[in-house]
Amino acid sequence: MPVLGLDIGSRTVDAVWLEDGQIVHAVVLDSGFDPQAIAASLVSQRPHDAMVATGYGRHHARDAFGAQVVTEIKAYALGARSLFPDAAAVLDIGGQDTKSIALDHFGRVADFEMNDKCAAGTGKFLEVMSRALGFTLKEMAEAAAGASDGISISSMCTVFAESEVCGLVHKGADRSRIARGLHSSIASRTLASLSRVGAEGPLVFAGGVARNRAMVDLIREGFSGEVVVPAEAQLVGALGAALSAARSPDE
Amino acid sequence: MGDPNETYGEMWQDLGMNLRAHCALLDAIPKMYQSAYLSQENRPDGMSYFDFVVSEIHGLRIKELMDHKAAGGKVVGTFCLYVPEEIIRALGAIDVGLCAGAEWGYNEVEKILPRNTCALIKSFVGFKLDRVCPYVESADLVIGETTCDGKKKAYEIFGEMAPVYIMELPQMKRPEDFTLWRSEIDRLVARLEDLTGKKLTLENLKAATRDVNAKREALQRLNGARKASPVPISGKDALLASQVAFYDDVSRFTEMVNKIADELEARIAAGEGVAPANAPRVLVTGSPMAIPNWKLHDVIEKAGAVVVAEEMCTGSRYFDTLTDETPETLEGMLDAIAHKYLGINCACFTPNEGRMDDVVRMAEEYGAQGVIHYALQFCTPYQMEARGVEKASREAGLPVLRIDTDYSMEDIGQLQTRVEAFVEMLAD
Ligand code: SF4
Ligand code: SF4
Repeated sequence: MPVLGLDIGSRTVDAVWLEDGQIVHAVVLDSGFDPQAIAASLVSQRPHDAMVATGYGRHHARDAFGAQVVTEIKAYALGARSLFPDAAAVLDIGGQDTKSIALDHFGRVADFEMNDKCAAGTGKFLEVMSRALGFTLKEMAEAAAGASDGISISSMCTVFAESEVCGLVHKGADRSRIARGLHSSIASRTLASLSRVGAEGPLVFAGGVARNRAMVDLIREGFSGEVVVPAEAQLVGALGAALSAARSPDE
Repeated sequence: MGDPNETYGEMWQDLGMNLRAHCALLDAIPKMYQSAYLSQENRPDGMSYFDFVVSEIHGLRIKELMDHKAAGGKVVGTFCLYVPEEIIRALGAIDVGLCAGAEWGYNEVEKILPRNTCALIKSFVGFKLDRVCPYVESADLVIGETTCDGKKKAYEIFGEMAPVYIMELPQMKRPEDFTLWRSEIDRLVARLEDLTGKKLTLENLKAATRDVNAKREALQRLNGARKASPVPISGKDALLASQVAFYDDVSRFTEMVNKIADELEARIAAGEGVAPANAPRVLVTGSPMAIPNWKLHDVIEKAGAVVVAEEMCTGSRYFDTLTDETPETLEGMLDAIAHKYLGINCACFTPNEGRMDDVVRMAEEYGAQGVIHYALQFCTPYQMEARGVEKASREAGLPVLRIDTDYSMEDIGQLQTRVEAFVEMLAD
């Protein structure tokens, strides 16, 4: 029977069923307003031998259906390493936080950093900014990727940056260049965090924002080593949880 | 126990407290205590004393203070480890620590203090503004000190509401700083003699020093037991003992802590612990954790690690060194006291290399595998010094996690994730 890995995040709930080291099934669902109910529906969807939950809803999953728990840090490290066995670092820009993880030679977490409690520099931040710019997320990323240079945004606080962006739009500034500027400032913050933990390439860029082409380009440009983006960027956490379920002796 | 207001309401009223607000505060503590303390398994039996102390935190102990005052004694409130309790005790006064570890009255506080003031200062001002702390209300004199800028300025404001006396603390430890500090001790003696109407003598100072040293020795024993693996007492319980040391009756506290130490030593002999022997061991260092601030220890220990030592004012800085009891003159005793206190490694001093050495040495002695640096948000001395602690620890091969937080529960999810990930890292 397969093992189940659940990543209960603020934007999506992801599930991976793993058997003999192979993904046999995977699901990504919107968290909506009741992520726990969504997690519960996934748990009962298919049989499993063991289950590990990660993400901010992990403790709930432990209390509600007896899942073991690992942090997103460890789950991303495991997941990234199984997709790219020589990965030396992981970057995850998710809905509500950003994690920079440096791995040691054996793939264990050597050091990590998470952004502060605010949304600055996360998927949530990009969402708010795209609305202020009148773009969809996808359009904003395309626009940013296409712009030759960016208009710099002085604040990274979601609230201040939003009013700054609105002000620029009203003044008739080029929306693509604003989008580019927003992406650049997130990228430079992220790169600084990667360097603080001593991250080296190959770096696995995972999480929802890894599907944003402009962001990937900017991280590639600024990072000293190789940057790889897994096709299953959003599933890395759930995969890591499943791998840890496959390992865990009990249950 | 019945309704505390029935038992102690009159006493609180006499102290001029705001009974309604106080009720809300008293309601909050048992819940926190239940979740952090009573839910722990296999606690040493002796901890029941502390369960009792916490349940009577604003009751029985305050009653004792009131009885002491009725008999002509004085109560002196302090905020810093540097204020020599030997002297207060020698003059027959009772010393109570007033640092506050719970968020209270911030709406009012933020009208008079900047929002970016550390939680400890905001809270003690909030407690005073709202008149909910019977320790503050029973103090005949509050002794402040020139440590961090936040406290210095807060005492000016506090002084509008209560009698405050300020000691000038040097910021460096050169011979001329010692001279200043030594003269400040003389000034303090004069002020306290004036307050109590008693004279400081070699005899009463020696006796008080013996008592306070005995209290420190008891804490040394209790904490020494944490070097064992498996560890016989949780970090939370040990922290509580350090917190209570600041306001409990000295002789009773010493006796009770020694009893717990006996029990812990028996546990060690039997190989018994509160956590599995392979639980990751963590040293916590940084800003003080005033009662009932158990937030970080609770998160760490619920993540499956154990805190084996605190390099902080509610920890080793309080009990690690004793005051020399051998001088045979009053002057000599006061010199010894000045030396003892100037030996404390607080981040308000520069340089403060001694603290880095303490962290690394203690990590080794207590078998800690990782260091968690704890700073209250907006506590510039400790937030800035975190860098030095991190550097020294890493050089000694110790992973470090830096936590900047306050008393609120807003960041608890993020805190749990970071601490759990750190614990996973230590366990791997
Ligand atoms: S941290 Fe420094 S200022 Fe604060 S109580 Fe301790 S010694 Fe005093
Ligand atoms: S915690 Fe820091 S800022 Fe707050 S009173 Fe103590 S030294 Fe000052």
